[in-house]
Amino acid sequence: MQEAVEILFTASFWAAAVRIASPLIFATLGELICERAGVLNLGIEGIMTAGAFAGWFAVYLGGSLWLGVAVAALTGVAFGLLHGFLTVPLALSQHVTGIGITLLAASLTYYTYRILLPEVDAPPKIQAFEPLPIPVLSDIPLLGPALFNQTPLTYLAFVMVGVVAWILYRTPAGLAVRAVGENPAAVESQGISVTAVRMTAVAAGSGLMAVGGAFLTMSAFNSFFFEMINGRGWVCIALVVFGSWRPGKALLGAILFAAFDAYQVRLQPVIGDVVPYQVFLMMPFALSILALVAMSRRAGYPKALMVPYVKGER
Amino acid sequence: MRLEPRPEPTIGRLVAAPAAAVAATAVVAGLLVAAAGASPFTVFWQILKGAAGSQFALFETLTRATPLIFTGLAVAVAFRAKLWNIGAEAQLYAGAVITVVLGTGAMPLPSYAVIPVSMGAAAACGAAVLYGPAFLKTRFGVDEVVTTLLLNFIALLAVSMLLDGVLKDPMGLGWPQSEHLAREARLPRLAEGKRLHVGFLMAIAFAGIVWAMMSRTVLGYEMRAAGHNSGAARFLGIPVESTLLKTALISGGLAALAGYSEVAGTKGNLTLDLSPGFGYTGIVVAMLAMLNPLGVVPAAIFVAGIFVGADAMSRTAGVPSFIADVVVATALLTMVVAIMTTRYRIRRG
Repeated sequence: MQEAVEILFTASFWAAAVRIASPLIFATLGELICERAGVLNLGIEGIMTAGAFAGWFAVYLGGSLWLGVAVAALTGVAFGLLHGFLTVPLALSQHVTGIGITLLAASLTYYTYRILLPEVDAPPKIQAFEPLPIPVLSDIPLLGPALFNQTPLTYLAFVMVGVVAWILYRTPAGLAVRAVGENPAAVESQGISVTAVRMTAVAAGSGLMAVGGAFLTMSAFNSFFFEMINGRGWVCIALVVFGSWRPGKALLGAILFAAFDAYQVRLQPVIGDVVPYQVFLMMPFALSILALVAMSRRAGYPKALMVPYVKGER
Repeated sequence: MRLEPRPEPTIGRLVAAPAAAVAATAVVAGLLVAAAGASPFTVFWQILKGAAGSQFALFETLTRATPLIFTGLAVAVAFRAKLWNIGAEAQLYAGAVITVVLGTGAMPLPSYAVIPVSMGAAAACGAAVLYGPAFLKTRFGVDEVVTTLLLNFIALLAVSMLLDGVLKDPMGLGWPQSEHLAREARLPRLAEGKRLHVGFLMAIAFAGIVWAMMSRTVLGYEMRAAGHNSGAARFLGIPVESTLLKTALISGGLAALAGYSEVAGTKGNLTLDLSPGFGYTGIVVAMLAMLNPLGVVPAAIFVAGIFVGADAMSRTAGVPSFIADVVVATALLTMVVAIMTTRYRIRRG
């Protein structure tokens, strides 16, 4: 039992938690922006897959790492525009369209991968982002290695939390995004196009999701393989609810979730003889469901979430 | 751009819409095939030949369509009531597990007893799996999309655990697979030496039953009303919450029958790759059928044909078989647009 507790006091555990949280932070922020504008984006799982591949492939072809991040983001934006076009002006079911986007983005990615790299058995590795220790701060015990000895993409994830919060709460654009998610008719009456705001929000949010996917290939596994997103997108949708649609709380949720994930991996060798490993792998998904149930009562849904806005219709 | 409601859709539009969706999908697929350096027409021809060019191919397509009819029906029933069941995959595996448990010796009974009992048990298990999310939705307002999606992952891990543990085939050389069902528990084949089995006919029968239920019974009416406008339905005294729970039981049961028929009919045992996404593909099937239970049968055969045909094509033409997944996903999206245009006119400004 003592071993199980000691895990919590190792620097490597907290460093892993922050690393595991990073892609979730990007993707959760992305989903949060979409939902704040009133559009559920179930394309997240597929968009993360596409981003993971696009970023990795750009680097594999010789592009710089940051170019890879940009390519991933643009790929996400492209699928976001498609999702936005189908759900905002065409007002199609956000559930069905989102699932369709996930199926399309993932299958297009796999198809493209097979065409571009027909001969490979083991996917090639790239020179990925290296940890960038921040002087002095990274020497703090426990906290230093966890927060200040990560790759630049992890730092970017944390910066994005502040940026998204600032945009949402401190700028006119953010006000417009929050307003179209609550009361689109009021926004339209101010002469602002609901369609334009929602489309932009979905495109930007999808870009962030794709960067979340790219984190996996460019800062964690250094390579692309099938099914690598493995439900992370769906977990992020639960994290948005858990975080009550607020960036700060979503960050907290992502870190809690990742800490739990890092903990179960380290717990496996300790009690793995008694408990099958699948139970540990189930935990993140079970935890997400529990979080949804716990938060559902208090959840402050954006009022117009999943309500298409058709001009002139009430 | 704005949408203008149309009067009642005409028959012509209801036929033209899916046709236009398929045509648009073919264009997208053609461009992708061309990008792979192959001729679209050759590839389409090979997919068609691979799906229906011989008796063997046709039987393979119908075999593949069988689970898709069940999952397609499961999704069609649920979506009609606006219960977003994206977890047919989990319900399918629940049905498969109980089929293996009952079919590998737990019930030393003749076929006429084992088969109906297994089917009933499988349906009950699938119903129970979807009842959870539906209960959380009606009681606590928890979005069922996310819970059913997450349950898919939990279910697959649970199956993996069972195949490493109590359900592991001792003669399986260490592979995670279950024992084979006893001969009495297997569904008879429709033709000697072919994989096509009685499950296909059962699936068609269920499509008829579900159609009759949706269009000819009070429950079906309540389900459609709850999905069409839950507020109005409540006002009319329809118990929306309990209707959704009943919908969940039916939908989950149907999805589980896909697992039942795959284990008892096609495969004979349970492995981790029993379902290559039949649950998710069921969503496409249901949408292509415009949520009509009778339409699910041709839609499932069409989708199955694309997968079977693409497998055959990729062996000869060298275009990755993932093209089938792309086609199916594109068809889903073009279809929802097409259905929308039967109800609305798109106007500028």
